[in-house]
Amino acid sequence: MTDQAMPADMLLDVRDLRTGFALREGYVRAVDGASFHVRRGETIGVVGESGCGKSITARTILRIAGTSDDSLAGKVIFRRSSGEVTDLLELPHSGREIRRIRGAEIAMIFQEPMTAFSPVHTIGNQIIEAIRLHQSISKEEARTAAVDMLRRVEMSSAEKRIDAYPHQLSGGMRQRAMIAMALVCRPQLLLADEPTTALDVTTQAQILGLIRQLKDDLGMSVMMITHDLGVVAETAQTVAVMYLGKVVEMADVKSLFRDPKHPYTRALLASIPKLGRRAGEPLHPVKGMVPSPFNRPIGCPFHTRCPSAMPGICEKSMPGKTTVAGGHTVSCFLFGEGDKAEEQSA
Amino acid sequence: MTTTSETGTPEAFQPADNGAGKAASYAAASEWRLMWYKFSRHRLAVICGIIVLLLYVVAAFVEFVAPYDPEAQNPASAYQAPTRIHFVDADGQFHLRPFVYGTSSQRNLDTFELEFVEDTSARHHLSLFVQGDDYRLWGLFPSNLHLFGVEDADARVYLLGADRQGRDLLSRIIHGTRLSMSIGLAGVVMSFFIGIVVGGVSGYFGGTIDIVTQRIIEFVRSMPTIPLWLGLAAALPSNWSVMQVYFAITVILSLIGWTGLAQVVRGRALALREEDFIMAARLCGTSRTRIIFKHMVPSFMSHIIAALTLAVPEMIIAETALSFLGLGLRYPAISWGVLLQEAQNLRSVALAPWLLAPGAMVVIAVLALNFLGDGLRDAADPYRR
Amino acid sequence: MAGYVLQRLLLVIPTVFVISIITFVIIQLPPGDFLTSYIATLESGGQVVDQAQIDALRAQYGLGEPVYVQYWKWVVGVLSGDFGHSFQWKRPVVDLIGERMALTIALSVASLLLVWAISLPIGIYSAVRQYSPGDYFFTFISFVGLGVPNFLFALVLMWWAYSQFGMSVGGLFSPQYADAPWSLAKVLDFLSHLWIPAAVLAIGGIAGLIRIMRANLLDELPKLYVTTARAKGMGETSLVLKYPVRVALNPFVSTIGWTLPGLVSGSIIVSVVLNLPTTGPMLLTALQSQDMYLAGAILLMLSILTVIGTLISDVLLAWLDPRIRFN
Repeated sequence: MTDQAMPADMLLDVRDLRTGFALREGYVRAVDGASFHVRRGETIGVVGESGCGKSITARTILRIAGTSDDSLAGKVIFRRSSGEVTDLLELPHSGREIRRIRGAEIAMIFQEPMTAFSPVHTIGNQIIEAIRLHQSISKEEARTAAVDMLRRVEMSSAEKRIDAYPHQLSGGMRQRAMIAMALVCRPQLLLADEPTTALDVTTQAQILGLIRQLKDDLGMSVMMITHDLGVVAETAQTVAVMYLGKVVEMADVKSLFRDPKHPYTRALLASIPKLGRRAGEPLHPVKGMVPSPFNRPIGCPFHTRCPSAMPGICEKSMPGKTTVAGGHTVSCFLFGEGDKAEEQSA
Repeated sequence: MTTTSETGTPEAFQPADNGAGKAASYAAASEWRLMWYKFSRHRLAVICGIIVLLLYVVAAFVEFVAPYDPEAQNPASAYQAPTRIHFVDADGQFHLRPFVYGTSSQRNLDTFELEFVEDTSARHHLSLFVQGDDYRLWGLFPSNLHLFGVEDADARVYLLGADRQGRDLLSRIIHGTRLSMSIGLAGVVMSFFIGIVVGGVSGYFGGTIDIVTQRIIEFVRSMPTIPLWLGLAAALPSNWSVMQVYFAITVILSLIGWTGLAQVVRGRALALREEDFIMAARLCGTSRTRIIFKHMVPSFMSHIIAALTLAVPEMIIAETALSFLGLGLRYPAISWGVLLQEAQNLRSVALAPWLLAPGAMVVIAVLALNFLGDGLRDAADPYRR
Repeated sequence: MAGYVLQRLLLVIPTVFVISIITFVIIQLPPGDFLTSYIATLESGGQVVDQAQIDALRAQYGLGEPVYVQYWKWVVGVLSGDFGHSFQWKRPVVDLIGERMALTIALSVASLLLVWAISLPIGIYSAVRQYSPGDYFFTFISFVGLGVPNFLFALVLMWWAYSQFGMSVGGLFSPQYADAPWSLAKVLDFLSHLWIPAAVLAIGGIAGLIRIMRANLLDELPKLYVTTARAKGMGETSLVLKYPVRVALNPFVSTIGWTLPGLVSGSIIVSVVLNLPTTGPMLLTALQSQDMYLAGAILLMLSILTVIGTLISDVLLAWLDPRIRFN
């Protein structure tokens, strides 16, 4: 409630976000103290293995994760287009206030464009609805706006395709339609949850190019959630690496790829097969398995798989965020116990 | 922040905490064991399972469980109301053993209806294992031992009242249990046989055969079944014996009930063919018989058992409906449907509402079987959710 | 769409053909031919049997000729509106079943509407508020509704109304209208009587469809397109109604394929218990007295009725679901 001040170029500041859900087998701490921030006009890549809490983080920002309000902790501070600064976690999750932000100021696109559209409504119907939820304009005007947007996402014969049902479009076309629907209200922030994972490689490149271009055209920020470091390298300016619900390293894309600090980031980078690799040369996967979500390690979550784990230290407590260079932070005891007293409540 | 467990003791790091330990044994349990876990958590299903078991035990020993011969008539007790069980006698004295008073009847000369008066002079205690009407258990073993009753043969206890001819309704309902509960089973076994052959063939071969059988099943399902049963049942010769009619009715019921089971069998067979673990077993070089019996049958049987359990109540309702209309089992057979025929006359029901009791039995049996089948179906897929 | 409807229409022809064969088999099932029993009835009634009339009937129905000839004569008769002759009523079958058939259809359609009108909102409620007290309540009620055969409901209702109010809830008309010609007053009287048997008949279907709607909707609610709609900023109620309910409606509509036969089936027994002037009691007495042309005509008409109902539901489904329409 206090401390909501943010630098003027900051759009979204996620501070020590925690959430989870109760299953019969136990409580899953899906996001466990994630902190990162998004600047205006910037693309931030959020990387991590499946199950590390990337998607839940994005959905929690929009308050559509379906987790109970009790499980929420931390702050998600967002600068609205009016200039007003709001903690999104404070808003009732189905209230009017957050619904005004959803779609209009923060939009989201999903991994599976097939299932992300209702199969029994035309895409036009669903896009027009998105417009009319936030702008009081007539159906005809909304339709024109929708066709316009479909053209901008390079949908060929947009006037005809607007009346198509999702199953009549190809995967790439559906993802274009999805992007059109998300951007039709000109949001400030686009949460892209693995937008290209379900697509083939050529389409993938087109879609990424499209998102990059629209980002520049519309002057928005993008949070690109992916498990693919290649996607990050191609689109992002800043990268946040997540492991088991925590952001373990955050840096601009160049420093991260050139000088990764956290052992997990290094392991991830080492696991990418390189071009020109000789046949038969072994791949280097990250060793071990992601621990069960019901039984998360105490201390640094990565110590069970970490090649440089220090016995007696790493399994005792969680290292804080240490700044190693300007804008490059890492949470690992190898680099220090954390910047002084800042956000050490956990 | 509520989650301060990060600074917990090292012991807590061992996966020994309760939830995790249980999860581990859960993960290692065999499939049947998992099903049992899941089933036993479904408390209503377990209770209903016990009720169903009880009904079948009663059905097996009707002659012993029923206090009287179901055909023993007693004109003086026509439409006698259920006998009241007392603990306190007419003098206000309490007795630990429940007892009944004898009843005498008298015809009211104004209304010509029988009126019943309790005779409080003599108490007749209820007791277990009394000697009463002679019977032959399963038509083989002569006996006169009954589970409960009153010692004095002259005092009759009608726990659920008497019917038009003064027969004990409880004894008749208990005797009806045998036919009503068994015809459901027999019908299901027969339709299961048809279903597994048709569904198995359809699911195994696929292609054109599958399409044709699917169309046939769809067709049979789209027919209004009750008029068909009626048509078939009405054609049974009236001089057939109880046994012949019983089997004919079973066949009629199964002729229409097989479609649902065939669809379940086919669906499972098709789904299993595609399952990764079957493919994996095949790639591992597992023999065909081993795949079928070790991998397919277990994941198959549980679903089939559940589907069978859910089919039994349908058959019971169908038999009851047919017999109720006079086209199913008929006198001298005793089933709940046959007993309900007496309730067709509104005036006698108004006079003796206990004539509806066989209907209550149908409801109890059907509900118990439905809940049991539901629990079994949930348990059949222990890895779901 | 048109092609799909045409395809469905064409499929009706073989279906009706098979139904006619089954019906004819049932007509033929009782031992001996019906003329024998007809003569027996006449004789036991002390009437003189007119040999010429018997011979005429014999020729008309092709008795004594091969079975397929008899079938052919029967089918040709049915197609030209001649369903044969009821020996019990001594009247042409057509005259007997016309109005009763209309009442059966009215009863079945009324129940179907009732089934949908009640089970749809309850099913939605139960799914959206899963595990709430209301959901448990409706779940329990629907299990009971599924477990109790509807003729038992009818029986208990009759007894209850009779013993409480001394009145009969059976019948579809007040006594003064029973034999009166149709008029507006009679229609209103009919509607005021219709709801009781329709409700009794609908109970099983309502219970079943609540379960189906609830399960369907529970399948749809966690789907991604619901999240998409939420991410657009839609309100929860309008979102649920526009998307998952709309999708869950498709399998719901397709259940008409078995709801309708079930209702028609159930209406037979319920009509007998509630003493309704529909085809039910007439079918029963016809079967009991082996008045087979009458019974056969009723069986045939009831079956065709369900085929038409299923056809309508298929077309409705295609109209609702673009994935079928643009197959």
